[in-house]
Amino acid sequence: MSLIKCNQLNVKIAHTQVCEHLTLAINAAENWAILGMNGCGKTTLLHTIAGLLPARTGEININNINLNNLSRRDIAQQLGLLMQHQEDHFPGTVLECVLIGRHPHLKSWQWESEYDKEIALEALSVVGLNNFFDRPILTLSGGERQRVAIATLLVQQTNIRLLDEPVNHLDIHHQHEIMKLLTTNNDNIANVFVLHDVNLAAQYCDHALLIYGDGKVLQGACTEVLTEQNLSDLYQYPLHEISHNGQRWFIAS
Amino acid sequence: MRPISFIVLLAILSLFLIASSLFMGSVPLSIQTVWLSLVDSSAENTSLIITELRLPRTLAAFATGALLAQAGALMQVLVRNPLADPYILGVSGGAATAVLIGMLFGFSSVFGLTGLAFIGALIAMLLVFVIAHQKGNWTPTRLLLTGVVIAAGWGAAISLILTLSPANNLHGMLFWLMGDLSYSYSVSFAFIALVIGLILSMLLSSQLNVLIRGDKLAATLGVNLKQLHIKIYILASLLTAAAVVQAGSIGFVGFIVPHLIRLTGITDHRYLLPAATLGGGILVLVADTAARTIIAPQQLPVGIITALIGIPLFLFLLQRDAKQ
Repeated sequence: MSLIKCNQLNVKIAHTQVCEHLTLAINAAENWAILGMNGCGKTTLLHTIAGLLPARTGEININNINLNNLSRRDIAQQLGLLMQHQEDHFPGTVLECVLIGRHPHLKSWQWESEYDKEIALEALSVVGLNNFFDRPILTLSGGERQRVAIATLLVQQTNIRLLDEPVNHLDIHHQHEIMKLLTTNNDNIANVFVLHDVNLAAQYCDHALLIYGDGKVLQGACTEVLTEQNLSDLYQYPLHEISHNGQRWFIAS
Repeated sequence: MRPISFIVLLAILSLFLIASSLFMGSVPLSIQTVWLSLVDSSAENTSLIITELRLPRTLAAFATGALLAQAGALMQVLVRNPLADPYILGVSGGAATAVLIGMLFGFSSVFGLTGLAFIGALIAMLLVFVIAHQKGNWTPTRLLLTGVVIAAGWGAAISLILTLSPANNLHGMLFWLMGDLSYSYSVSFAFIALVIGLILSMLLSSQLNVLIRGDKLAATLGVNLKQLHIKIYILASLLTAAAVVQAGSIGFVGFIVPHLIRLTGITDHRYLLPAATLGGGILVLVADTAARTIIAPQQLPVGIITALIGIPLFLFLLQRDAKQ
C-alpha cells in the first residue's frame, strides 16, 4: 500500500516550476531522497505534500485519503515534517519542546501523561540526548537543537516522515547515527529525505527523486537514478563515481 | 519550585496586597473600621474612604494589570516575539483613541466605552497585521516595528483629540489616558472580562505551547493556524479594551510580567497564563499604591511607574537579543 500517492501534481512557486505532472507512489518501508540544486523547490514540494502549501493542480493522498478531506489534526497523526530551520524565540526546556510532538494525539484539554513523557524521554535517548530533558532550549548547540527537533518528530509517531535536511548542523558521527536510526526498524514507515549529500542518499535511501528546477523530474530506484551522468546534469557540476567495498561514492571533481 | 506552588504563592500574595492596600493612603484607618466597612455597610464607624475610594481603586488596579499581562502574553505568542505588548504594538493606543472620541461625543456608559475600546483595539491590531503582512511572509521583527510606528500614529491622533476637547474635560481625559486609576469605571465589568478571558485563553493554552515554536511547525502538529490566530487576535483585543477602559493606556505591563514569569522557569502556557494574570495584577496594584502614596496627598498616574520599570527592562532585553 502506498502511504503517499501524488497524482498529476503540479507545483510552482514564484517563477520556479518544481514539477508539472508528477505521479509518485511512496510505500511503507521505503526511504526516498529528494535531490536538487538550491532553490529548485525541494522544500516547497515537501511542504505541499504535508498540506502546508496548495498544489496548482493534481491530488495528494496520504494513507489512501485525499489530503483535502483531512483536517490538520488528522494529517498530523499520520504525517510528520522536520523543518529545515528551528525557530526559537521563547525559552523552554528540551522536554517541553519534544512534548509538543504529542500534541496531535492529545485532546485540547488533556495534559501529557507519564506515558507521553516516557515516549519523549525515550526519543531523546535514541537521538543521543539522554540527560538533556531539563536543559533550556536556548542554550543548545545547533546540532543538539537539530536532534531535539528529530526527537520531536519521533514522538509524533507518524507512519509518514518528511525530513527537510535532517543532517543540518550534525557532525559526521551524528549524521550517520541519525540516518541509521531513521532508516532501520521502519517496516510501516515511509521516509522522505531532502538531502544535499548524495552519498548519504546512496547509502541510506532506496529511491530518489531528482528535481531539476524547470519542471523536469527523475525518479526511481537509487541504483538506477543515481548515476554519474544524472547527478552531473542535476548539479550542473561534474561528479565522479567510485566504488569501495561494494558501496558507490560520488565525488565532485 | 513547582509551577503550581508558585501560582498559589502569587494568589496568596495578591490577596495580602489587596487587603493591605486598603490601609494605605492619606487617612489612617483602623483594622476594625476597614473590616466593618467591607462586611457590614449598616454598622456605625464605617468609612466611605474604603467602600467608595480605596476598594474600587485597588480592585481596578489589580484587574487592569491582570488584563494587560494576559493580553501581553497572548500577543507575544501571536507575533512570536517576547517584546510584544498591547502598548508597544499600538493596540492600547487604538483603544484609547476610540474611547477618547467617545468621551468627546459625551459617551459615559462603561459598556459603550468598552465597545468602542474593543473596536479601536481590533482596528489597531488589524492595521498592524495588514501593513506588516503586505508582501507575503512577515517576520516577527517586522510586525513589531510596524506596531511601534502605528503606536506613534495613535499618539498623534490622541494629541489631536485632546486639542479639540473642551477645557473642562481635559484634565480628566489626560489623567485617564496616562493610566490614572482614580477615574476608573465599573470594576465588576473588568473582573468579568478577566475571568472569561482567562478561561478562554486557558482553553487555547496547549495550542499556544505549540505555536511559540513556529507557525509552520504548529500546523504540522495539527494546529489550525488561521483559526487560532483569529481567536488570539480577538481575545487579546478584548482584554486590552477592558483594561484601557479602566485606566487608559498603562504601558509595559503586558511585556514585563510574562517576561518575569518566564525568568522563574515557567514557560508552559497552562501555567504561564494564570501566573502572568496574577503577576500583572500584583505589579499594577503595587505601582498604583506607590503612585498614590509617594507624594501623598498628590497622586501620580500609575503609567509613570510602570514605564519607569518597563523602559529600562525593554532596552536591556533588546540589547541582549542583539548580541545573541
